[in-house]
Amino acid sequence: MNYIEHVGKYFLMLGQVFKRPQKLSVFKDALFREIEDLGLKSLGIVAFIAFFVGGVIAIQTALNLESPIIPKYLIGFATKRAMILEFAPTFASIILAGKVGSFITSSIGTMRVTEQIDALEVMGINSLNYLVFPKIIAAVFFYPLLVILAMFLGIFGGWLAGLLTGLFHSVDYIDGIQLDFDPFLLQYATIKAIVFAFVIATIPSYHGYYVKGGSLEVGRASTQAVVWTSVVIILLNYFLTQMLLG
Amino acid sequence: MIQVKDLHKSFGDAHILKGIDATFERGKTSLIIGQSGSGKTVFLKSLLGLHSPEQGIISFDGNISKEMNVDQKRQLRQEIGMVFQGSALFDSLTVEENIMFPVKMFTNQPASEMRDRVHTVLKRVNLPDAHQKFPAELSGGMQKRVAIARAIVMNPKYLFCDEPNSGLDPKTAIVIDNLIQEITSEYQITTVINTHDMNSVMEIGEKIIFLQDGLKAWEGSHKEIFKTDNESVVNFVYSSNLFKKVRQSYLNESNS
Repeated sequence: MNYIEHVGKYFLMLGQVFKRPQKLSVFKDALFREIEDLGLKSLGIVAFIAFFVGGVIAIQTALNLESPIIPKYLIGFATKRAMILEFAPTFASIILAGKVGSFITSSIGTMRVTEQIDALEVMGINSLNYLVFPKIIAAVFFYPLLVILAMFLGIFGGWLAGLLTGLFHSVDYIDGIQLDFDPFLLQYATIKAIVFAFVIATIPSYHGYYVKGGSLEVGRASTQAVVWTSVVIILLNYFLTQMLLG
Repeated sequence: MIQVKDLHKSFGDAHILKGIDATFERGKTSLIIGQSGSGKTVFLKSLLGLHSPEQGIISFDGNISKEMNVDQKRQLRQEIGMVFQGSALFDSLTVEENIMFPVKMFTNQPASEMRDRVHTVLKRVNLPDAHQKFPAELSGGMQKRVAIARAIVMNPKYLFCDEPNSGLDPKTAIVIDNLIQEITSEYQITTVINTHDMNSVMEIGEKIIFLQDGLKAWEGSHKEIFKTDNESVVNFVYSSNLFKKVRQSYLNESNS
């Protein structure tokens, strides 16, 4: 199957996904389960990575600012900008593409090869709507919160790194954070997070839902899903940056 | 009753079903047998609506499936129970949640009534204490029984089973066979079973359809299958020496 056929099949899949849930109480249960699986269980890894990435950005910026005429508050400013613009929305999404994407593909793929999806269809349930729609809603509403948390933790990580290494003063760093604050950048990061969340929920679902074969194929599909989700995130990141900031 | 007329199904150039006619009666256990690749699974999935046949008619108690609108099809699906080869229980749900799933999806019963219904069917399949367990904690035979419980919880008119005995020891296989036959008779269900298990053929085959190369090659009951002189059926059913001897002794007894 060529790429264009995959793209067409992906959009046809979305057509089945975006239908009214057959039973709201069942949808609600599924939604809470997905919020836990896709969102809450990713909190730890996102927080951990954001905290240390923030610290590394601050240390590297400090070590590269050799000129005495460049003010030290630029360390806080650079850390804030890097975290808000790129590291929190894009870096966190790439991490989630790996962690959550492989989970989605393997869980749906296993359901496919063990005939659980056929069981849903035989019962008269729209399996795509039942399986994928709650994942999209959970991701689109929860990931922006994760990204905002990553921003705060990254900036905090940078501040703590300065405190521990003595490379810059706390006051300079806080001045830098407060300098030239543009609320639109938060909107930009949130828009990116929502778009990437949609990609993270749907591309791995596509790979899992249409898998054929056995456990080996499910494994291969998971790898494919992570690769394609990451590629699409990187491409969309470029286009969104161009559209929103260019 | 399910009636099938001139059913054809192809995948690309491969013509799998080449015009099958069959009738499955209410309250009876009908078995579909045949070699691997004979079209059994495609036939069963066509009956279930998982495959769309190119030609032919499938009618459920007189209602032709391809003439049904979306609501009628949805209604029909709720009247169908299915036991899959690998049980197809939802891994993330407990036994109780698995069985309750179709009830929750299609009825507005209070939780206590739904639980009562689940416990009744669990008792019926002799698993009264398994409701809080997950499928992974159950043996193959127990999983099959849970799958049967899930299939009958909506009081279906039609029950389909794909290889219900695969992977089970002979003793458990007989328990499952008997359970399906009892349920079929008790609830007056139209039951269609896809099987390779010759013990099932001998035990519960009230009606047996033998498929060969996408066509119905023979039809009869488990008593008639002993006497048939259809070479394909004899070669398939009595392929083991044990079954050859069983058949020979049956024929000798009948002749004497």
